[in-house]
Amino acid sequence: MELLVASAVGVLTAAGIYLILRRQTFPVILGLSLLTYGVNIFLFATGRLAVNAPPILNKYEEIAYTDPLPQALVLTAIVISFGMTAVVVMIALAAYLSSRDDRIDMPDHPEDEGENA
Amino acid sequence: MNHFLIAPVVLPALVAPFIIMVVRHHLDLTRIFSLACSVVLVAVSLVQAAQAADGSVQVYELGAWPAPFGIVLVLDRLSALMVLLTSVLALVVNLYVVGSGWDKRGANFHALFQFQLMGIQGAFLTGDAFNLFVFFEVLLIASYGLMIHAGGTRRFQAGVQYVVYNLLGSTLFLFALGTLYSVTGTLNMADLAVRVAELPAEDTALLRVGAVMLLLVFAIKAAVIPLHFWLPASYANAPLPIAALFAIMTKVGAYAILRMYTLVFGPDLAITAGLSGAWLLPAALVTLGIGAIGILGSYRIGRLVAFGAITSMGTLLTAIALFTPEGTSAALYYLLHSTLATAFLFLVVDLVSERQGIEIVAKKPMPQSGLIASLFFAGAIAMAGMPPLSGFLGKLLVLDAARESSHAWWIWTVVLLGSLVSILGLARAGSLLFWKSHAMAAEGSDDASQGGEQRSQEDLAEDAARNRAALPFVACFALLAGLVLLTAFAGPATKYAAATAEQLYDPQIYIDAVLGGASK
Repeated sequence: MELLVASAVGVLTAAGIYLILRRQTFPVILGLSLLTYGVNIFLFATGRLAVNAPPILNKYEEIAYTDPLPQALVLTAIVISFGMTAVVVMIALAAYLSSRDDRIDMPDHPEDEGENA
Repeated sequence: MNHFLIAPVVLPALVAPFIIMVVRHHLDLTRIFSLACSVVLVAVSLVQAAQAADGSVQVYELGAWPAPFGIVLVLDRLSALMVLLTSVLALVVNLYVVGSGWDKRGANFHALFQFQLMGIQGAFLTGDAFNLFVFFEVLLIASYGLMIHAGGTRRFQAGVQYVVYNLLGSTLFLFALGTLYSVTGTLNMADLAVRVAELPAEDTALLRVGAVMLLLVFAIKAAVIPLHFWLPASYANAPLPIAALFAIMTKVGAYAILRMYTLVFGPDLAITAGLSGAWLLPAALVTLGIGAIGILGSYRIGRLVAFGAITSMGTLLTAIALFTPEGTSAALYYLLHSTLATAFLFLVVDLVSERQGIEIVAKKPMPQSGLIASLFFAGAIAMAGMPPLSGFLGKLLVLDAARESSHAWWIWTVVLLGSLVSILGLARAGSLLFWKSHAMAAEGSDDASQGGEQRSQEDLAEDAARNRAALPFVACFALLAGLVLLTAFAGPATKYAAATAEQLYDPQIYIDAVLGGASK
């Protein structure tokens, strides 16, 4: 279990970082998504891994429970990263459609620059 | 519980949806509501600053959950100072944007602006590390919208880079928070401070990793070299008045460093002692140097000021990295100054680029060249840290605070050389923009049609109307007045900064205020 989760976080992060270092926008966005999956699993594991345990304390009997806070944190993180991915896709689309080029770096020649504003 | 404390967050959070949902089709109404909200924010933050000035720490428990379990907002001197600075800056930028008509060039400017304020104010007020992340995201997602306001290929491309870089930063932030949580089991800053201090030294490897990752995240926000790459392109390609507002965003990073590394990983804490200062100080000095060289090498005015912002962050973080009360006090004074100065210069540079484009080359003299030239001159003096404006006092305080440090020679050399190079760079830009253009006009060899852009008659008429508008100049002079006031009242300002630093280096006050109810 621990090995599975740890290697999932590691592989997702590594793949994400590899993709982020690509030159086109699309792989970079895919890489960001993988990286956020990785961090979500990592956050989930910060409350220690417990299988089949409810995320609440039971005051009537002593049973194993799992930490509910990381689950709340992960929910927040998922929502935020989902929203952010949507935003970056839209902005990347706008950049692609107006420059007809999916490269993430910017040409740095003053002459081929559209007038600012 | 004092509900007034949450007003700087709630007010923009209510006004922004109102603007989107009710008045978005009426430009005048959106302007009225947005400006009114900014004015009220200034008033609210003035009252809060007055409340915090006596050294008390106020705590607001959201949902009335007691401290380590619920999220708290905390108002101490530092938070009050930052909230006030944000409100004042926002009001001035808002005035400028309305006056120059920038808000007409794209959709939903004012709503995004208010959301951005909500995020910034929240980040300054929160006392919970995960909530800090959430407010970072709020201010970032609003800033993505503002950054690409009014569109344009280059702006979109810069926007993609900006968003990607910040998403990476956010991911790193989550990794850092997860690491801290897995070691300490809490994310409330005051509770973190208590738990971290109690940890046995041999169990802290993971904690140190978390502390360094957190420092990296804040360094990204504060544009510390080598994590600064997002800043020049995004500030230079954003609408320049927006870049003026973004002057406070790098300070959010500096604030977070100051808060976390005095409260949680304080200089007295054995396990992380020297960790932050030892890394931050050289990085800050390099930042200062590279920023100054960048000023010298910029061929567009937006980039020029963006590198100016990097230089001032370098100076600011040099003072913070000393982690002494004197250093922090100097840093706070310089923070006030550099935010106002950077924003001021961005606004002036927008006046220039509205009239003759963004490149630093000699062109036809622009309308109101004299007035704008003198504003640029004042801004350059402030940015470079020359007398008589507050930048000089700020740098003097930083140098004075560094005297005790073992790296005093390094700091003195880099700060002074950096100032010299910035002066050269700003003087070069100013003389090209304002003096050479007059020299060209005197030769009388060239006529219109120089800029290479064919502009229709209507555009020209609109330009002329825009050039006559007084409000942008009011905004610029307001910032200049702020700088002059900061110089004239340097005594009270440094006294407040010293009191703030004193409060920061006695974290027990903060911890007791937040956890007071729970620990009894």
